[in-house]
Amino acid sequence: MTEAPAKFDEMHRPDGAIRSAYGDYDLWYEQQAQDLLRRKHFEAESNFRRTGITFNVYGEDEAEERLIPFDMVPRIIGAGEWRKLTRGIEQRVRALNAFMYDLYHRQEIIRAGRVPERLFRNNEAWLPNMVGFTPPGGVYTHIVGIDLVRTGPDEWFVLEDNARTPSGVSYMLENRETMMAMFPELFTRVGVEPVSDYPRRLAKSLAACAPKATVGKPVVAVLTPGIYNSAYFEHAFLADQMGAELVEGTDLRVIDGRVGMRTTAGFQPVDVIYRRVDDDYLDPLTFNPKSVLGIPGIMDVYRAGGVTIANAPGTGVCDDKAIYSFMPEIVEFYTGEKPLLPNVQTWRCSEPDSLAYVLDNLAEVVVKEVHGSGGYGMLIGPTASRKEIAAFRAKLEANPTNYIAQPTLALSTCPIFTRKGLVPRHVDLRPFVLVSPDAIDITPGGLTRVAMKKGSLVVNSSQGGGTKDTWVLKD
Amino acid sequence: MLGRTANGLFWMFRYLERAENTARLLDAGLRMALTRDLASSEEEWRSVIQTAGLRKSYEAKHGSYTGALVWNFILRDKDNPTSVMQMFDNVRTNARLSRNVISSELWEAINESWMQIKDMLARPVSQSSVGHVVAAVRRGGTLVHGAMAGSMLRSEGYHFARAGTFLERGESTARILDIKYFLLLPSFSYVGSSHDTGQWDTVLRSVSGDRGYRFLNAGQIDARGIVEFLLLDMRFPRSLAYCHSHLRDNLRELAKIHGADGQCNVLMRDADQRLSNLTVDEVFDMGLHRFLIDFMNSNAAIASAIAEDYRFTA
Repeated sequence: MTEAPAKFDEMHRPDGAIRSAYGDYDLWYEQQAQDLLRRKHFEAESNFRRTGITFNVYGEDEAEERLIPFDMVPRIIGAGEWRKLTRGIEQRVRALNAFMYDLYHRQEIIRAGRVPERLFRNNEAWLPNMVGFTPPGGVYTHIVGIDLVRTGPDEWFVLEDNARTPSGVSYMLENRETMMAMFPELFTRVGVEPVSDYPRRLAKSLAACAPKATVGKPVVAVLTPGIYNSAYFEHAFLADQMGAELVEGTDLRVIDGRVGMRTTAGFQPVDVIYRRVDDDYLDPLTFNPKSVLGIPGIMDVYRAGGVTIANAPGTGVCDDKAIYSFMPEIVEFYTGEKPLLPNVQTWRCSEPDSLAYVLDNLAEVVVKEVHGSGGYGMLIGPTASRKEIAAFRAKLEANPTNYIAQPTLALSTCPIFTRKGLVPRHVDLRPFVLVSPDAIDITPGGLTRVAMKKGSLVVNSSQGGGTKDTWVLKD
Repeated sequence: MLGRTANGLFWMFRYLERAENTARLLDAGLRMALTRDLASSEEEWRSVIQTAGLRKSYEAKHGSYTGALVWNFILRDKDNPTSVMQMFDNVRTNARLSRNVISSELWEAINESWMQIKDMLARPVSQSSVGHVVAAVRRGGTLVHGAMAGSMLRSEGYHFARAGTFLERGESTARILDIKYFLLLPSFSYVGSSHDTGQWDTVLRSVSGDRGYRFLNAGQIDARGIVEFLLLDMRFPRSLAYCHSHLRDNLRELAKIHGADGQCNVLMRDADQRLSNLTVDEVFDMGLHRFLIDFMNSNAAIASAIAEDYRFTA
């Protein structure tokens, strides 16, 4: 079994007819000359190069900056479908935030026996010095990316929660800009929900979480590890679009109980820091004495209400795949409702029965590290060689609590444009969710990642995956 | 604005200016070499390397001076830390650092020029293409300055960028004159001889001042007139006086924005006193070399005062 059977094609029905969300697009597509589309394809690429929408690859000298392949066939979601999805996403994000609050306060969910204590005790992202502290506005997860996969007309699953520092939103925005520049007529024929006001909504959402020490209009800054970070383009892009400062650790210093940024006119207080660095690099006094990237003392200022850090330190707990496996319980516990968006079935290898099952079925399942991300350190059973499986088996047996396993899903496909016309490729979807004390705000669409290779299920950009513009149709 | 970002803008434009000035210098050398016999063309290329301040690093690598060795060294050699390619890399890196305060037009102008030049310099440059490379570098500079003029806010970032441009440009003109003048001293008495005229023509070409000078001086080429033109003529945009006066304006604007003079404004006033109402005869009395060294030292002091005043580094 190299590919699960009965893949769901989002554009075509099995009989070849076009599904309704793609109806208008298909009419337009059929009228386009293929050679013109091919030219547009190159145009898109040169546009990305010119505007510098690249990501850095570590350890590669010459091709230091790479483009993420862009496919010009949009991924289209109907209005009704999207409404259903947003209800599920909102419910899940609400639960995540409540869960964070609870974990760092009374831990009711553990007292109730719904999740085991060891789950977070062994979690590196768990921060003891967040205990008993409530971030401004009670918001932990200011920006969340929920990774969704689809297997059928009504079957959507959450594959991962990204509550630490989800990335990719700049591609959502630039993909749309590129599509509008290349195919303006398409947007006059098809009503598509806009995404362009995301930066404004982000700035507003962050400002709404300003700390009590704020005087006047909240000052927001984006904290980046610097130009060699793989997502630097996005950090600069968001700062630019929000009209915020783009700061590095060396620009910040704790002065008089506030976090100041070194401007040409001296140190000026920052109210909200949208940080794109890991917890470890926030405060060398608290986390990592060897770090040269952090701001000594920032955690004290934070706890005293002098600054807002988004996302809150310690939210990385949610990204843990062992926690993920408990999300159905977590959603139910805090919302009192059944989860609207199901999890993918998950075996926790820490549990003997599950481990035994996974070991017996390594060639059929996907095994992931609980703290892993970016598609690294995982085994995709059906496409792995015997040797790879044997090597992974040894790792799994040595440290089973470090792994979870999931069935190999028959991910839905969406067409991509190639020299041979449209061909189906597997996709996932990362909608971006903003949380403020007043609202949970979901930008219609998100980032669709697409495996550019035939049959491949890996959509990560670090492993050759591409992206698509994602359309949510207007009613 | 962040001090680090101001630093990025300032250096972005210093490096751009360096790349452009190097291209001008190379352009003048190319032309000169074409009008010489083989023996004196080697002399010309040696002079280009010397004027670019690259003699040591060049001679550490090459034992002779030929056009192809020289232009490849100047344009793209990895052992040359001030190669045009390296300068453009630095321009772009600083632009990335300042990405959220520069207009997207400016960023795209920089990025596109960088891509084109990187592509042209990916392989050794041949005789038939060196002219295209030099033209591309100059066009890149023109594009970037144009994008900035037409699209960037006249807030402090603009003035840091312009200050970087004029500091570097004044410095470059002073350095070229200092080195060339020294080389030309023996021929100073033969004013008007064709050799001499050719050499001075190269000096003017090195700063793209040949046409401007001829236009203003109707065919009169003499050392005194050229020195006066390069030092004191306010109509020539690469003269010391012009660069100085624009630098002063930019620093004044910065002081206005910040509501207070900094150390750089104080130093600027000192420099003003030395330069105002200066005549070329006074310069010669003082000694041209001495004057140019003073100018360059004063420039360097102003540059560090700017960095200090506006908190470029922690």
